[in-house]
Amino acid sequence: MPGACRGPPAAGRRRLTPAAGAVDGDAIAQIFREESGRAIASLVRFLGDIDLAEEAVQEAFVEAVRRWPDRGLPPSPAGWIITTAKHRAIDRIRRESSRERRHHAAAMMHDDPTAPPDTGTVADDQLRLIFTCCHPALAPEVRMALTLRLIAGLQTTEVARAFLVSESTMAQRLVRAKHKIRVAKIPYRVPDRDALPARLASVLTVVYLIFNEGHVATTGDELVRAELCAEAIRLARLLDELMPDEPEVMGLLALLLLTDSRRAARTSADGSLVRLADQDRRRWDRWLIDEGQALVRRCLARDEPGPFQIQAAIAAVHSDAPSAEDTDWRQIVLLYDQLLARAPTPVVRLNRAIALAEVDGPDVALAEIERLGEHGQLARYHLFHTARGDMLERVGRRADAVTCYDLALSLVDNDSERRVIEARRTAAADSV
Amino acid sequence: MKQYMLSVHHTEGDAEPTEEAMQAAFRDVDAFNERLQSAGSWVFACGLEGPSTSTVVDGTGNEIVTTDGPFAEAKEHLGGFWVVKAADLDSALALAAAGSKACQAPVEVRPLQGEEG
Repeated sequence: MPGACRGPPAAGRRRLTPAAGAVDGDAIAQIFREESGRAIASLVRFLGDIDLAEEAVQEAFVEAVRRWPDRGLPPSPAGWIITTAKHRAIDRIRRESSRERRHHAAAMMHDDPTAPPDTGTVADDQLRLIFTCCHPALAPEVRMALTLRLIAGLQTTEVARAFLVSESTMAQRLVRAKHKIRVAKIPYRVPDRDALPARLASVLTVVYLIFNEGHVATTGDELVRAELCAEAIRLARLLDELMPDEPEVMGLLALLLLTDSRRAARTSADGSLVRLADQDRRRWDRWLIDEGQALVRRCLARDEPGPFQIQAAIAAVHSDAPSAEDTDWRQIVLLYDQLLARAPTPVVRLNRAIALAEVDGPDVALAEIERLGEHGQLARYHLFHTARGDMLERVGRRADAVTCYDLALSLVDNDSERRVIEARRTAAADSV
Repeated sequence: MKQYMLSVHHTEGDAEPTEEAMQAAFRDVDAFNERLQSAGSWVFACGLEGPSTSTVVDGTGNEIVTTDGPFAEAKEHLGGFWVVKAADLDSALALAAAGSKACQAPVEVRPLQGEEG
């Protein structure tokens, strides 16, 4: 729902407001979306098994659909779901004949399923499960799928749609991942101090990649992609709630909000991509910018910079500028220097060079970009060739620029990006 | 405790390590093995003779077929392995990281089938 990306209420923050009176299917679906992640996490701790937890939560919601329309919402729908799911799981295990499961059920009796779930415990359960879903022993695309299914509470069919695969393919992928978690015994645990920074970076990257999947991909349904961005922001908010002392979590949330604030200005009426410099900045979402900037200020006050915080700071500088020309490019170059010190990747170097053009001129930037080209790592990256073409055009070498755009066109696989490059190629060729 | 196999694979065409590097790896592996034993993680470990010493026996048909050498298609072969006890995958991965450092080769971690014990 693209509406969820605009504020207020702020993006990705969905509140459950149990309305007295009518409880229809939509209201229950909404509660499912809100609460199934928490319920699954709680049940995973209770049962020690993801499949059993998912089944139990599903059964509890089936029960809710049967009861709630007549009897109205219970005082705490979330608590009711968790408690009912626990009862269902225990019933199921009692019916099972396997010795192992009975033993398991007996062990669980120590945990009183009728006690209302303690919110602090549920939060810990969720955090543990997030680290399981984003474990480095799982493939990156599997981490994204598991996180959307188990933490964000999406249905398998929704996760499948988000990644443009069939439901059965996604179901299989999830089954294999859960099998590995169970059989290889990937723990449900927040890593200890030593391992935490690296493992947290893996979690944040998963959320960032989910956002990018919605932000960058141009195939597939517009609505589904906006929804993915909203889910990523919701996940970042959840992490920020669960780990309020981690500035990188705050940085990720700020980066996502500031990036998402440009959504409406990012595509033109015909669906093609609009470059940052050409965007109508009046269409940027002020609510998201305000929230993102406030988070960046909080990060700065903490003074423990990390890659996500620095990228958020760069986005914040852009969001402050009334136009591309009025941007504080010097500040942006400085921030890229900081980012390079922590993440010395060719792509960061390229972005720094592009910003440098606005400070020291296109000649300096072009020289820098050509030096980067010598390493060859960016040879297959279409944005490298577009950036080089752009600089060549700006120094008057239009024929060379056309060659660069041709190279970029041979590498780009995204239709709306292709249209932008084609337009630039035509303009450069016309003025040769 | 769960049991895991930590296996060391060599790829055909890998550069032969120098005598010196080999001796250092032996020493480090011995030290790692002692650490496994004193921590109670040790189940079993061994290094294997080279793939040219291997024989494949296929008893799936009516006749038993015996052939020289490792599985023909394999570009990789098992160089040796440990079987360790660990509380969960994180602990097993930590042992594998130390093992990999000691023997100077990547290590694959795979859970053993069966009940935990």
